[in-house]
Amino acid sequence: MLGRSVIEVANLRKAYGSTVAVDDASFEVREGEIFGLIGPNGAGKTTTMECVEGIRRPDGGRITVLGLEPYKSPYELQHRIGVQLQQAQLQKRIKVWEAVDLWSSLYPRPLDGDELLEQLGLADKRGAWFMTLSGGQKQRLFIALALINDPEVVFLDELTTGLDPQARRKIWSLVTGIRDRGKTVFLTTHLMEEAERLCDRVAIIEHGRVIEIDAPTALVEQHCPERSVVFTADASPPAGLDSIEGIESVSVEGFTYRLEGRGEDFVTRVIHHLSASDIHVRDLRTVLPTLEDVFLKLTGHGIRD
Amino acid sequence: MLKGLLKLTWVEIKIFVREPMGVIGTVGIPVVLFLVLGKTLGKKMADSGAPPTVLSSGLAIFASIFIAVGSVLSLVAIISIYREGGILKRLRATPLRPQIILSAHVIVKLIFTAVTIGLFILAGRRYFPLDLEGSAFSFGAALLITTISIMAIGFVIASAVPTARFAQPIGSVILYPMLVVSGLFFPIELLPTAWQTAANLLPLTHAVSLLKGIWSGGAWSDHLVELGALTLNFVICIALSAKIFRWE
Repeated sequence: MLGRSVIEVANLRKAYGSTVAVDDASFEVREGEIFGLIGPNGAGKTTTMECVEGIRRPDGGRITVLGLEPYKSPYELQHRIGVQLQQAQLQKRIKVWEAVDLWSSLYPRPLDGDELLEQLGLADKRGAWFMTLSGGQKQRLFIALALINDPEVVFLDELTTGLDPQARRKIWSLVTGIRDRGKTVFLTTHLMEEAERLCDRVAIIEHGRVIEIDAPTALVEQHCPERSVVFTADASPPAGLDSIEGIESVSVEGFTYRLEGRGEDFVTRVIHHLSASDIHVRDLRTVLPTLEDVFLKLTGHGIRD
Repeated sequence: MLKGLLKLTWVEIKIFVREPMGVIGTVGIPVVLFLVLGKTLGKKMADSGAPPTVLSSGLAIFASIFIAVGSVLSLVAIISIYREGGILKRLRATPLRPQIILSAHVIVKLIFTAVTIGLFILAGRRYFPLDLEGSAFSFGAALLITTISIMAIGFVIASAVPTARFAQPIGSVILYPMLVVSGLFFPIELLPTAWQTAANLLPLTHAVSLLKGIWSGGAWSDHLVELGALTLNFVICIALSAKIFRWE
């Protein structure tokens, strides 16, 4: 069950000189969920997160994390949260075990470092220098450091940026594992696929403003109700496609038909219609809108523009 | 927090030793050069009975202050590199207090300064008799005070110069000319009056004067001006760098 809110942000504002990084951001993160702050690069994700972590001083607004005000009690807060920073580095020649050992020494009740390295698949890299690790291994080490104090909330900033798909998938399963241990995860990403896979709820941020917050599926349903069914039939075209309830367009290319419509039941109706028409369907797939489409619709541009 | 400081200091020592160029450059090369110099010149100088020159009598002070300045410059470089690489920021997102993080680096530099100077004394003993008249302990204390005061200048440089590439060169440009007029190479009295005044305002001049005095057996109470100047320099520089220091 999703419980009390562990992070509350209200009207957060932060500017660097005359550049406004975060204009007016409000959201809350609830206990036990994976919450994603999503948006293009430069939207204010990292600034927002660093204000919440207590390493940046907000210009305005109110932030509470686990009942604490981050910038006022950063050290108290650091004991209870775990942080992975975007593009962070460690000393080139620090060994993996030394980093874990150093971090362990900073907290009163650290987890077992070796066990953590084992769980993150870094056991055989214990003695390796940081500079010799691959991108994915570095990120897994940063996850280990973020978890070493058994934190209540874990912050992950652009965790998989620059990783290859395989390493990314591995990290994703680690992140869901963190939630399954009862932790709250607050992450930022500009990868919509990542947000869709991982997040229970997302906040879409653009130009320093939060423009929408909800579960990814709910956002898709609300903003992009379009559904498409694409199928390939043998020979004779099925009749009466136009009469399917909710249908908006039919396009044909050779023997491949693309039906576009809207509504929860659209796909079911198409299937019923096809089976009733008694034709031979060689291939059928549905195309559902994604968070990427939601983003496009809400902002008028793609996330990578 | 003490545990964190000790752990961080120990890790930084290990990391420093793992960087071959760092160790060779700051400890190895000076000591080897010194040995070569001693082997070729030391005996000749002793035989010739020539009056003590900067190389013999002032050598310990000369070496000490150069090693101290070298340490400060490498501290400046490390701080800049750590900042540019986001390492400082990563360390800061922990319960570690910023002062602890910087103190660990200062301690590491002090340790290596002491090690290098110790090696110098051991290596040079055969060729250059130490004419230490004061106590070794006092001289060590004077050197510690001096080094810490110069390190405070290093922090200002590290705070003011944002990129790692320029931090060390700019540090050299600031510190080495200060050494030239500090009385280390020639007495300050040889300078024009205006220059003398300027030299007396520079912290390194007081550092050299303190080291020379303590070396030749002077009492601490005769060097209150130098101690005051070095303390003032420390306070001003630390206050200034606390104001302008950036973690990223």
